[in-house]
Formats: sequence, structure tokens, C-alpha cells
Amino acid sequence: MDKDLLTIAGKTFSSRLFTGTGKFGSSELMEQALLASGSELVTVALKRVDMKNKEDDILKHLSDNRFNLLPNTSGVRNAKEAIFAAQIAREALQTNWLKLEIHPDPRYLLPDPIETLKAAEELVKLGFVVLPYIHADPVLCKRLEEAGVAAVMPLGSVIGSNKGLKTKDFLEIIIEQSTVPVIIDAGIGAPSHAAQAMEMGADAVLVNTAIATSEDPVQMAKAFKLSIEAGRMAYRAKLAVPKDFAEASSPFTRFLED
Amino acid sequence: MFQDVFDNYHWETVKNSIYSITESDVLQALQKDKRDLEDFKALISPAAIPHLEKMAELSHHLTQKRFGKTLQMYIPFYLSNECQNICTYCGFSFDNKIKRKTLTEEEILKEAQAIKSLGYDHVLLVTGEAAQTVGVNYLKKAIQLIQPYFSHLAIEVQPLEQDDYRELQSFGLNTVLVYQETYHVKNYKTHHTKGKKSNFYYRLGTPDRIGKSGIHKIGIGVLLGLEDWRTDSFFTALHLDYLQKVYWQTKYTVSFPRLRPAEGFAVPGNELSDKELVQLICAYRILNEEIELSISTRESEKFRDNIIKLGITSISAGSKTNPGGYAVETESLKQFEISDERSPEEISSMIKRQGYEPVWKDWDRVLMNRE
Repeated sequence: MDKDLLTIAGKTFSSRLFTGTGKFGSSELMEQALLASGSELVTVALKRVDMKNKEDDILKHLSDNRFNLLPNTSGVRNAKEAIFAAQIAREALQTNWLKLEIHPDPRYLLPDPIETLKAAEELVKLGFVVLPYIHADPVLCKRLEEAGVAAVMPLGSVIGSNKGLKTKDFLEIIIEQSTVPVIIDAGIGAPSHAAQAMEMGADAVLVNTAIATSEDPVQMAKAFKLSIEAGRMAYRAKLAVPKDFAEASSPFTRFLED
Repeated sequence: MFQDVFDNYHWETVKNSIYSITESDVLQALQKDKRDLEDFKALISPAAIPHLEKMAELSHHLTQKRFGKTLQMYIPFYLSNECQNICTYCGFSFDNKIKRKTLTEEEILKEAQAIKSLGYDHVLLVTGEAAQTVGVNYLKKAIQLIQPYFSHLAIEVQPLEQDDYRELQSFGLNTVLVYQETYHVKNYKTHHTKGKKSNFYYRLGTPDRIGKSGIHKIGIGVLLGLEDWRTDSFFTALHLDYLQKVYWQTKYTVSFPRLRPAEGFAVPGNELSDKELVQLICAYRILNEEIELSISTRESEKFRDNIIKLGITSISAGSKTNPGGYAVETESLKQFEISDERSPEEISSMIKRQGYEPVWKDWDRVLMNRE
């Protein structure tokens, strides 16, 4: 097969596993796990890093251009706050890539579709490469696509829940309809969930909790790497369609041959 | 307003229902996926004590799933010990003949620098209630001065009006803590005999005013040991449940202050044991996966070392409970005696040894509302 690269906004990735940087027991462990995952795009919460400080512990462990940084706006509650934070982050972190997260509900951290669309429209105009975190809402995905986002990031289930692809039916519609890459974000708790997402035709998967809070984050990162490669390979090799019954030898159309 | 909910409950009825919980109620509460306030009652009941290990295990897993292997570090910053309230348990009580101290602007800056040099980025400003010296204007000034040094500012001061909270937020305030102390209406008056704080219902309505003002985080709790802690904790959970539904964009934090000896005060007979405090912390976590649970230096070294894996997400270290305690006037009167006197560095190493990361910064001013 040809080289299977993923392109988002002109940047190519050979790994389809994107990762988060929160919840790790230490920054050293985070760095080792991210290296083991092979991830080339890692998301960083603006609230966790000191953007003015070159010695910031998290940023230090992500240095030397080994990873592309994807700053996220976790903590903002509306479009206005997201746009403001995004502009500061672009200056400070020297990237116009942005994971747009607006979840005003601190309980389940569910994304606000209205504010997210508003912010996306504005941020695209301001020259950002916008990757919005959203519900698995196919219509919202089309609207965001029209607004010019670089990819969409629908959730598989509630963030941090490890419940897998509870939104499967809607993810399938999104994947079918999308003209931009679809990255399944949130709720992926096991490598098998990630493999399933890739088999369905997702372009990439973002994993954080399942790696960071496992007993052995480095091994878990490797497991996700392999599962995503396997799922993608299976998708490209065209999965067999599961059948509920054995196939008889054309009883319905045999008469056409007679 | 919460009072509309609160008035439907009767202290003694709630208390009796908690003390008549059976083991099968406890087992059911433990097995459920989603839990309600009746389950919380079961988890804080005496009947749950034999299941404490199971509760601790559940609490550990739920906390780690949501917060990962991290602990937020914070420190109290006492601005004043002046107070016009008479509260039977507090070292700052008006009738205590002690030397009063309110930090001047210069002293505030000096303290802020001393706290910053300890590594802190989240601070909790504390005062007594003295309208003349530490009213809203003083707080505004203090927040303006302190804000450039830290990412996250909380206050634990007298209850304020909704507009005051909104204004303080525009100056950089993130979180407001206000503890009801006890939800026992009648006995509240015997613990708070004089001053504005003696008005139970004004205090009870405070989280509503904070919620309406749009402040990002609200902290509630009771002073454990004043009255029956189980009944008081049920009311705290009821309050929390109400707030979460009405002010759904706000974050919540619960603290567990146990009565500690203070100047001129002996602890009454309601104190809870270490075992019961563990039970309470785990019960909150099992009810609520996402709230912040906080532990202070009131607790002992041994207790704190062991509790950080059981549901707590926020911890103070190296605290001084007297105004000027970090640099200006290290010997002024303390609000209460702390128990764990280890330095922030020592606590940080203790946390790391347990495979957790001490988090110093978890907020950024760029995420704040720009109105």
C-alpha cells in the first residue's frame, strides 16, 4: 500500500494517534508515554501551562519540536472568552493551531454547540487552524465545515468516561459526510475502542485519560499506537461485512439464469 | 433560592433517617451507577462503616478517572484577624482580647512575594468580618495588588452582595468559599452569638448570590464537630445538589474543616474520628465524580499522607493562619492551630513519592471573562 499519511491544514502526520497531556502522575511519565505513543500532535491545556515561562514544567517536557502542540481552551465558557484566549496562546506558543473547547458545564464537560460554532467562525477569519471539540452531531459538523474548520472532533462518549463509542451511529454519519478529517475525541477507554473508530473510517483518534491514568502509561500508549495502526490497516484493506445468516446459493434470483 | 428547598426539611427527621439506614441500603448505594441524595445518606450512615474499604476503593478509582494522578496545591493568605462577630469556636472572635492586625498595602505585597517564592500560584485570601477595616473596598484593593502574582484567587471572607462579587470578579477573583458552619438553625445562634454572622438565613442565601454573580467556583461546607456531622453533611450535599442544578456553569468545591483548638475555645462533644472523616470524603466522591474536595493543614501528617489517594483533589501546605504569617509579622495571633507543619516542598515530595503530580497552576487569566 502507498504511504498512508493524514493531512490537516497542509501538515502531514504519519501517526493517527493524537494525545492529551493532563492527568499524568509526573511530567517525566507524560513525556515517556507520548514518545511511546508515536503521537505527533499533543494537546495542551492553556490553564495548565505558564506560557510566559520558558522553564514551564509541561512545556519543557514537550520541547525540541518532537511534538506539534495543539493548545486547547479548556476552562472558557463562551465564544468571547475562547477567542480572547486563543489570540494570547497563538502569540505565546507560536502556533495558530487550536483545539477549540467550550464546555460551560463543569460536570460532564459537554461542548456548547452554539458558542463553539460562533467562535469557530470568528477564529477561522482570524487565521487559526481550528479543531473543534463537539458532540457527535452531523449537522453541526457540516456547519463547522462550512465555517472553515480544519477538522472536526466529535466525542465518542462523555470525556474521561472510558465508555467507548456510545455515539457510533452518529459518528458513522459524520464520517460518511465529512469533507474534513474526523478525529474521534473523548471517551476512548481501551485500544479496542480506538481500533473500532479507525475501522469505521475515522481519520484519527485523540486519547488522554486511558493512557494517563493506567497503571503503566508507557505500555498503554504503545497498545493504543498498535491498535490504531491495526484499525486503520483493516479499514484500508476493506473489512468484511458481518453477516447474520449463511448465504444460500441465490434462491431468489436463480430463475434469471434459467 | 436555596431556602425554599431547605425549608422543606426538618433536622431531626433527616437525622433519624440517616441513623436508621440498613446495610442493604448501603450495599445498594455502592452498586449503583448513578447515585442520589438518599444514597449519600446511606454512605455517610453508621451502617456504612463496615464497608469503608470498598468505599475507599471506589472513591480512589472515581477520583483518578476524573482528575488523574494529580493534586492541586493552594495556600491560605490571611489579610486580617479583625472581626466583629462573636463565634464560640474561632480565635478571631470579637470577644477575644488579642492584638488585631490588618495588612497594609505594603505588607500585602511583601506577603504576596513571600508566598510566591514558596512556589504557589493558587491562593486563598482570608479575613474576619469587620466592615470598617476589611470591607469590599479593602478586598478590591487587595485583589488588585495580589492578582499580578498568581493565576488563581479565592476568598474566604464575610458574605457579600451579588454586585460586590461581580465587581471583585472583574478585579480578578475566581472562587468564593463560604461555609454555613452548621445547618442547624437553632444551634447556629448559640455558636454565632453576635455580629452579622449571627444571621443564619443571610449566610444561607450567600451561595445563591455568588452563583448569580457568575463567579467561576463556589466552595461550601460545614465546621465538622459543631453539630451532628452526618446531618450537617446531608444538608451540605442537599445545598450542593441545588446549586449544581441552578448554577450549572459553576464549579464546586467542598472542604472538611474539623474543629481544632483555638484561642479561648474548647472543642464540643460532636467531633468525628479519622475513620468517619474518611467515610465522609469517600461518600462525597462516590456521589459526585467531578467536584473538588479539599483538605487543609488542620489534619495530621499521617492522615494527609494517606487521604490523598482516597478522593481529595486539593491540598494546602506550609500554611500560616495569622495575618502577616509568611513574612511581615510571623508571630501574630493565629485563627487556629495547624497540625501538619511540613513545608510546601516536603508535601510536594510526599505527593510525588506516591506517584502523583503536585499541580501548582491550573488556571490562566487569559481564560477569564473580559467584560
